[in-house]
Amino acid sequence: MDKIYSHPQSLRDVSTHYCPGCGHGLAHRLIAEVVDELKIRERVIAVAPVGCAVIAYDYWDFDCSEAAHGRALAVATAIKRVRPQNIVFTYQGDGDLAAIGTNETIHAANRGENLTVFFINNAVYGMTGGQMAPTTLLNQKTSTTPSGRCAQSQGYPLKISEMLALLPGVKYIERVSLGSAPDIIKAKKAIKKALVNQMEGVGFSLVEMLSPCPTYWGLSPKESLDWIQNTMAKEFPLGVIK
Amino acid sequence: MPKITIDKDKCKGCLLCVSVCPQGAIVINEELNLRGIKPVKFKSEGKCVGCALCALICPDCCIEVYK
Ligand SMILES: Cc1ncc(C[n+]2csc(CCOP(=O)(O)OP(=O)(O)O)c2C)c(N)n1
Ligand code: SF4
Ligand code: SF4
Repeated sequence: MDKIYSHPQSLRDVSTHYCPGCGHGLAHRLIAEVVDELKIRERVIAVAPVGCAVIAYDYWDFDCSEAAHGRALAVATAIKRVRPQNIVFTYQGDGDLAAIGTNETIHAANRGENLTVFFINNAVYGMTGGQMAPTTLLNQKTSTTPSGRCAQSQGYPLKISEMLALLPGVKYIERVSLGSAPDIIKAKKAIKKALVNQMEGVGFSLVEMLSPCPTYWGLSPKESLDWIQNTMAKEFPLGVIK
Repeated sequence: MPKITIDKDKCKGCLLCVSVCPQGAIVINEELNLRGIKPVKFKSEGKCVGCALCALICPDCCIEVYK
């Protein structure tokens, strides 16, 4: 009997602090599987965000750094420029990448840094208690929009991936979903492409993953996956953006 | 006969594996794990086809698959 699915080497065999059904664990695993498959475990340097994934470095079994909230792409730029032989990626939530870190994100993309970005869009600030994020959907209830996000006072869900695609320095952007088994397979392919791009010197590559936060969506893990497919992916359409 | 193993103490009982198993080969384990929750257990009775959908969707990397 052959083992046809086994734990990736690049992921430590430990229990994570994530809530049941949280997409962070899944995204960590997919990245670890791709790092193993590309045999780049000794070359990778990840930059962890501030957010629920703040201790991602305790889960990945390769080199990692940490950045202040939103500054992952500034830190990654420095690491990559000093150590161009390494494969450097950031892993950032929507609060980290598209709110406090908007400045660093846009300028790293505009400079066309040869970096890879994994952007976890769960439409809320998970770590701090489920507040509204820039990517929160209209009418979505969060702890700071208890009756639902209203465009008049809180603006519209921010399409940061589409915005970044306008920049000539950006070479690849794809939005994927962690909401179903077929979508997870596609997500892994996009993760691989974004890392291979860096290895081949193609340039700035970003994968946005629509990712469940059952806790602050007030849904069960299964309902959260359905919500991604039926609601979130309508506002944030899947596919290659650039 | 294909089979899976489940790391019961890492399992958080999210039941996503149960929702994707086409054969109904994963069920709730009434015995609490170290986390103090009911994890899942493999109850194939020869039904498991080794599709690995459970391992694909598990957010906590608890499942390994043999075929
Ligand atoms: C400079 C600074 N401002 C604010 C915070 C508080 N804070 C911690 S995490 C976070 C938002 C996290 O949301 P997101 O990036 O979407 O990640 P998630 O937790 O949802 O994965 C905020 C505002 C902080 N840690 N540092
Ligand atoms: S609060 Fe949300 S994003 Fe944070 S660990 Fe829990 S489910 Fe995941
Ligand atoms: S998907 Fe993983 S964590 Fe969730 S119930 Fe199944 S084995 Fe447990």
